[in-house]
Amino acid sequence: MNWFTKTFSSTVGRKIVMSVTGLFLCSFLVVHLIGNLQLFRNDGGEAFNIYSDFMAHNGIIRFMEIILVLGFLFHIYDALVLTRRNKAARPVAYANSHPEENSSWASRNMGLLGTVILVFLIVHLWNFFVPARFGGLEAVPDKDYDNLYSEIVLAFKNPIYVAIYVISMVALAYHLIHGFQSAFQTLGLDHKKYTPFIQKFGVAFSILICLGFASIPLYFFFFV
Amino acid sequence: MAGSNPNAKLMDLTLKVWRQKDKNSPGQMVTYPVKGISPDMSFLEMMDVLNEDLLRKGEDPIAFDHDCREGICGMCSLYINGRPHGPERGTTTCQLHMRHFKDGDTITVEPWRAAAFPVHKDLVVDRSAFERIQQAGGYISVNTGGVPDANAIPIPKSIADKAFDAATCIGCGACVAACKNASAMLFVSAKVSQLALLPQGKAERKTRVENMVAQMDIEGFGACSNTGACAAECPVGISMENINMLRSEYLYAKATSENI
Repeated sequence: MNWFTKTFSSTVGRKIVMSVTGLFLCSFLVVHLIGNLQLFRNDGGEAFNIYSDFMAHNGIIRFMEIILVLGFLFHIYDALVLTRRNKAARPVAYANSHPEENSSWASRNMGLLGTVILVFLIVHLWNFFVPARFGGLEAVPDKDYDNLYSEIVLAFKNPIYVAIYVISMVALAYHLIHGFQSAFQTLGLDHKKYTPFIQKFGVAFSILICLGFASIPLYFFFFV
Repeated sequence: MAGSNPNAKLMDLTLKVWRQKDKNSPGQMVTYPVKGISPDMSFLEMMDVLNEDLLRKGEDPIAFDHDCREGICGMCSLYINGRPHGPERGTTTCQLHMRHFKDGDTITVEPWRAAAFPVHKDLVVDRSAFERIQQAGGYISVNTGGVPDANAIPIPKSIADKAFDAATCIGCGACVAACKNASAMLFVSAKVSQLALLPQGKAERKTRVENMVAQMDIEGFGACSNTGACAAECPVGISMENINMLRSEYLYAKATSENI
């Protein structure tokens, strides 16, 4: 192994990969939410459909899609490698243990929360990304773009989907509440001037982003 | 016992203790009644009382680590009621007093659990993995010449304080025991930042962090999830800031050192 692969396969290095990919995925969440807010426009989905057509066919977005997939893959792969290593580091469990006395639940269950998010991601891609990207949607009459909006209206009439989406956003919020500030620590970015702000911002970011996403299925279920 | 309260009510307790004959034998939790414990005793003195009782009965006493019994050597360990060094914050087991328990309590006592800290016998674990990490770089190589003048090397007080705080690590391993990943990051980071902060440590700064992290990984400790359990349970209050410093030291070293 050369120095580069050695660095990023050490425990410290793999966490740096987790951190950088995690923050990148946070930036994706912001872009994704801002785009989705067009669903709340009272225009029968016109603006949203034009936007989703652009997202499905624009060259730059296609390129960023590859980066995004790589971001997810590295984040998940290193999570698996580290989890296996961490489990192996304690082969015999304590008979009596009280970790709640010294650490938060979310910080100890990032793998569980991440797994919930991964299952959600697969359901979510299957619901909307696959038909929008690879065909399977009906075109909007007299327009040259597909009607993803009507697909969303249909999906969120189903209370099971609404429940899956809302629960998953709660899991994502807890994942981010620990993950956002933890990512900065992992990069060694720690300073008494900035860390308290990063920690507070991280909690606000996690809650607002996830509330924003969760509001979409709830809005369609109750109000459309 | 000097200063003990003659009117203090003696306690009867039930102990559930991990017993394991040797490294290769399977172990199990064994229940022992302990009677007449003074609240002024330390946890280790209570263990001594139990061991004397076992010896009188002709049974094998419980092996546990201890040395100074003043909270400064880092020898005592014990995972007591689900917490390293017991329920009190900022305390080693030898400084944990029985007044923090109640008459009739059941107390579980387990060894540190980590692949890198194999159990020798009962509650004694082999912590030589820490020694090997230290040997990989936790030192400064100085030629000892004449005694230098005081204040010949200027060190700002804030830096000296941080280095001293890191240097208070007694290497007990509570951080590893508390961590859900059995990670040694708090220990290693205390050793790395203590030396990296001071001018004398700067010369070997890059190779030190590279080699100590490499050895930490070889020993089979887990990765750091920033749960903060280590710092919360550390008997001398080593802070998570050290872990963050280790990471920036590591990144800087990996990016700029001569070691390919």
